[in-house]
Amino acid sequence: MIEVEGVSKSFGETEALVGVDLFVPAGTVQGLLGPNGAGKTTLVRILATLLAPDAGHARISGVDVGQDPNSVRSLIGLAGQYAAVDETLTGRENLVMVGRLYRLSPAVAKARAEESLERLGLVEAADRPVKTYSGGMRRRLDLGASLVGRPRVLILDEPTTGLDPRTRLDMWGFIRDLVEQGTTVLLTTQYLEEADQLADHIVVIDRGRVIASGTSDELKARLGSDLIEVEVSAAELDATAAVLSDVGCDKPTIDPARSRITIPVCDPVPDLMAALRALDLAGITPSDLGIRRPSLDDVFLSLTGRTTEEEDAAPAPKRRRSRQAAGSRA
Amino acid sequence: MTAAPTVATVPPARPPVVAPVKPVKLPKSAAFTDAMIIARRNLIRITRTPQLLVFATIQPVMFVLLFRYVFGGSINVPGTNYVDYLIPGIIVQTVVFGATSTAVGLSQDMSNGIVDRFRSLPMARSAVLAGRTIADLVRNVFVVILMVLVGTAVGFRFHNGLWPAVAAVLVALLLGYCLSWVFALVGLSVPDPESAQLAGFLPIFPLVFASSVFTSVKTMPGWLQGFAKVQPITRAANTVRALTQGGPVASDLLWSVLWSFAILAVAAPLAVRRYRKG
Repeated sequence: MIEVEGVSKSFGETEALVGVDLFVPAGTVQGLLGPNGAGKTTLVRILATLLAPDAGHARISGVDVGQDPNSVRSLIGLAGQYAAVDETLTGRENLVMVGRLYRLSPAVAKARAEESLERLGLVEAADRPVKTYSGGMRRRLDLGASLVGRPRVLILDEPTTGLDPRTRLDMWGFIRDLVEQGTTVLLTTQYLEEADQLADHIVVIDRGRVIASGTSDELKARLGSDLIEVEVSAAELDATAAVLSDVGCDKPTIDPARSRITIPVCDPVPDLMAALRALDLAGITPSDLGIRRPSLDDVFLSLTGRTTEEEDAAPAPKRRRSRQAAGSRA
Repeated sequence: MTAAPTVATVPPARPPVVAPVKPVKLPKSAAFTDAMIIARRNLIRITRTPQLLVFATIQPVMFVLLFRYVFGGSINVPGTNYVDYLIPGIIVQTVVFGATSTAVGLSQDMSNGIVDRFRSLPMARSAVLAGRTIADLVRNVFVVILMVLVGTAVGFRFHNGLWPAVAAVLVALLLGYCLSWVFALVGLSVPDPESAQLAGFLPIFPLVFASSVFTSVKTMPGWLQGFAKVQPITRAANTVRALTQGGPVASDLLWSVLWSFAILAVAAPLAVRRYRKG
């Protein structure tokens, strides 16, 4: 449904995407995971026909985004942190306008707008100007606007960034409903949990390159079955890692942001006991210690050496415009 | 080039059952319908934020009062009542300043992301710009009517009959509309609405003041006269003056219209190209 082959894009000196391949089968959710500046938005903009790649091809339903952009545009819906709605128009006016621009007749556009409003729980607010909406309502309307064209492929660029946890759960619900009805979704996110919850298949990109891909379980399996997690003071991090270097079945990973060390283990109980003995011998008393299943955060950390929350050291692809994050407008 | 090893990338074995895609060709009418949809949206915005329109009209009214009552006494344009000389100039100045709002509005749309939505829709590429310029034209119509009313209140009169007066307003609006496309290009090229405001205003300022809008160019030094005589704003101001007050009009009218279309012919394709490229 979505095919990306060897897509590269540079902005001046900055390589935003380097030979990215991606294949999303119809009716599935592809998670595109990466920190700020990883190239997620650049890929989204290429798929949404907003940007031409320097090299490679991107196709939606077999249609090349560069060769026949109008066909692609009628197949896709775009929503997320940057796609926007008009503040002074009402919710309904926004949806009807977008429907008309999807080349629907006035009557059909009106009916679809109504349908979107109902589906996203915005009927009561439909005739109020959007500037009176909360951040979550705006984001829902934004999603609604991308649905009035009944797109086969929905491109969601960080759809829940900046939303409170409750609204995030609502958005997840809407996205799941759409997928159940056969929509193919490409979802970019910085939230590992979001990819874990929604995506059938996940691609991790960092600095414009695909660094891992697989299902959530496959990515987690890469780290071994369980993890020992040790929290110590920042000063003791390196010493602790050295002490624990022989424990478990792989090297310890240091997460300085959370002042933690994680060690993949193959035999949980003997390894945990070994870790305790080693710590005791070295006179280190951790503030927290435990054994747990790996999360996608661990995968990310082990792949990139950074957590998702750390600001990317590489320069972000320069956006031509400074945009406010929709979430901060509420 | 893929540096790190990747995990098994076997896609789920669900065979894609996808209906073939009908190629979408925009109908010939799309440029017009879409422009009207966008123009309607922009006009709704204007009616819902009337304070913006009020502030936009205060400035030209101030200019009328300033030149009518403060400077007017010391400006001597032979052969005419100064208020009858001034108001045609002010009408041109107003539409030209009004045209700069195209840059600001478009730049705002760019920075809040709605242009990205428009660009991802199967709509005519010219429509966002055409819709914006048409809405700004309608806005200019209202402002010009207001300026005529204010002018009449301070002593201005049409001395040449109704139809030439209508033609005069149309000449001014035409120049304003064509300049809107220049400002569309400006709005697409600057990084934010604040820069659009400045970038729009700066080039317009010398054009408006080194013209026959407020006074006869004959009193200007020779080097400036050469420029002031031929530039579009002088031509338009002279045309509006001749059409409302009487006198020879053919050459100024011709030049004014030629200038307008020349500006449109250059700016519109450049602006649409800029919009396409994003």
